Amino acid sequence: MAVASVRRNGNANPLLKFLRQQGADFYLPIIGVIGFLVVWQILSSIKILSLPGPIQVFADERSRYLIFHPFYYNSPLDQGLARQTLISLTRVAQGYGLAAIVGITLGILVGTSKALNKSLDPIFQFLRMVAPLAWVPISLAALRQNEPAAIFVIFITSIWPILINTAVGVREIPQDYKNVSRVLRLSKKTFFLKILLPSALPYIFTGLRIAIGLAWLAIIAAEIVMSGVAGIGFFIWDAYQQNYVTEIIVAVVYIGAIGLILDRLVGFLQSKIAPANR
Amino acid sequence: MISQGNQAMTTPAAVVSAESFLRLEQVSKVYPTKKGPFTVLTDITLDIQAGEFICVIGHSGCGKTTLLNMVSGFVRPTTGEVRLKGQPIKEPGPDRMVVFQNYALLPWLTAAENVYLAVDAVWPKKSRPQKMAIVREHLAMVGLAEAANRYPAQLSGGMKQRVAIARALAIRPEILILDEPFGALDAITKEELQEELLSIWQKHRCTVLMITHDIDEALFLADRLVMMTNGPAAKIGEIMTIPFPRPRDRERILEDPTYYQLRNDALDFLYRRYHLDEEAE
Ligand SMILES: Nc1ncnc2c1ncn2[C@@H]1O[C@H](COP(=O)(O)OP(=O)(O)OP(=O)(O)O)[C@@H](O)[C@H]1O
Ligand SMILES: [Mg+2]
Repeated sequence: MAVASVRRNGNANPLLKFLRQQGADFYLPIIGVIGFLVVWQILSSIKILSLPGPIQVFADERSRYLIFHPFYYNSPLDQGLARQTLISLTRVAQGYGLAAIVGITLGILVGTSKALNKSLDPIFQFLRMVAPLAWVPISLAALRQNEPAAIFVIFITSIWPILINTAVGVREIPQDYKNVSRVLRLSKKTFFLKILLPSALPYIFTGLRIAIGLAWLAIIAAEIVMSGVAGIGFFIWDAYQQNYVTEIIVAVVYIGAIGLILDRLVGFLQSKIAPANR
Repeated sequence: MISQGNQAMTTPAAVVSAESFLRLEQVSKVYPTKKGPFTVLTDITLDIQAGEFICVIGHSGCGKTTLLNMVSGFVRPTTGEVRLKGQPIKEPGPDRMVVFQNYALLPWLTAAENVYLAVDAVWPKKSRPQKMAIVREHLAMVGLAEAANRYPAQLSGGMKQRVAIARALAIRPEILILDEPFGALDAITKEELQEELLSIWQKHRCTVLMITHDIDEALFLADRLVMMTNGPAAKIGEIMTIPFPRPRDRERILEDPTYYQLRNDALDFLYRRYHLDEEAE
């Protein structure tokens, strides 16, 4: 995109042109963010919000320390936010990875077999409506340990969109492609690799992208409830207990940023592996 | 590739000597619908010799695709039987390769990979270089050597149809089935492809069954033209033998008075005796 637009306006100074064209993309979001911070600051200054404003967050000694020391380490429950985030991310990676493997596999099975679909779909539709927090007590009761229970909560929250989208993708393989496979009598393996998978891939990625957001939401929820495990969710809970609101705000910024990055990461993979224009 | 079981299943009727290469015998097709059974085709009997070029023409919805699908094996006749060399046709197979109405190329494979998929499915034991050579040969044959590594989205309609034809021919089918292959193409591309198809067929001599809506196309290509009556319950109305010598030359045919005679007969059949708005019969 960027390269093409530079080339199209090859005359004059290409760099200047580029900046002018892309400028709106840069400064409008910055104006938006600044505006947001200003409104927030005003609202908290005139006491409509009883939250500290952005200036207080920067000025407060504790939150300032957190901002400038993301990697400090004192004890498992007292460490920098980057470290806490990394711990949470490791859990997400495990739960989400498991959900991807199981979800895609089950989705393909369910999408291929009408009978399997008919018998399991009501259960899936039912289970996917259960909120992440509701899974916490169940998974704690079932697994009895915090760590596997947290991973299970991520798994069970994020599997549904992957499973359901994969199944739809498999069901929506165009009849034309199935006919090609029938007339050529393609082996099961060739059909799977050359027709089913590429055909369902855009759907699978749609599921994966919805799921990564859910997985990140779930881990925060799970950690807040499962006290005593290190992680950004528990950090928030801990800070709340001690009434360090500025600390919570810094952590929330981390959570939002990581969620955004995760979403974009999967979106990037999607555009590389399953471009929409084919 | 045809299952061995067929050998044992040969019915006494099929053993009768001198059975034609492809025979549709008393074939009918009835679809069950919500409003009751819907008869698409009845009483179809047709004998086709090996190497014949047959065109099928008829008004939209009369059942041409259904008819050819019973040869390719995607549809089973309700009554009657379709037999290839005496063996009833039970399922699709690469010996009856189809050029589908909308190309049916896999968009995530290049032109060459699309053809390779077919070649690889039919001759899994051949070495990769051998299979690649077959792919290249057939893409060159349809004039697409240069576009081998392009994806279908990067090809024009005519080029896609060429790839589909190359894919079909590369696996050396006994019967080539084409469902309105040139319907969506502009006039020039259409004539080019007709000529290519004809010269390829001249070389390979497979049997061709082709649906068309274009009388001139049929007269240029076919040995015989099967004209269907209107649906529902369509039949074969008339079979026209097209006597022009081969190899055919478009200009020469257009100078032949027989051409206009045949053309008028076909037009008369389609637009007077079986005009869509009128009652059939
Ligand atoms: N699976 C089906 N169930 C019910 N009716 C069907 C089915 N398939 C086809 N038909 C009906 O059979 C008739 C013939 O269909 P077919 O596609 O063979 O026509 P066609 O001659 O190829 O038409 P066109 O020239 O428009 O391609 C149509 O009326 C169609 O609605
Ligand atoms: Mg049709």
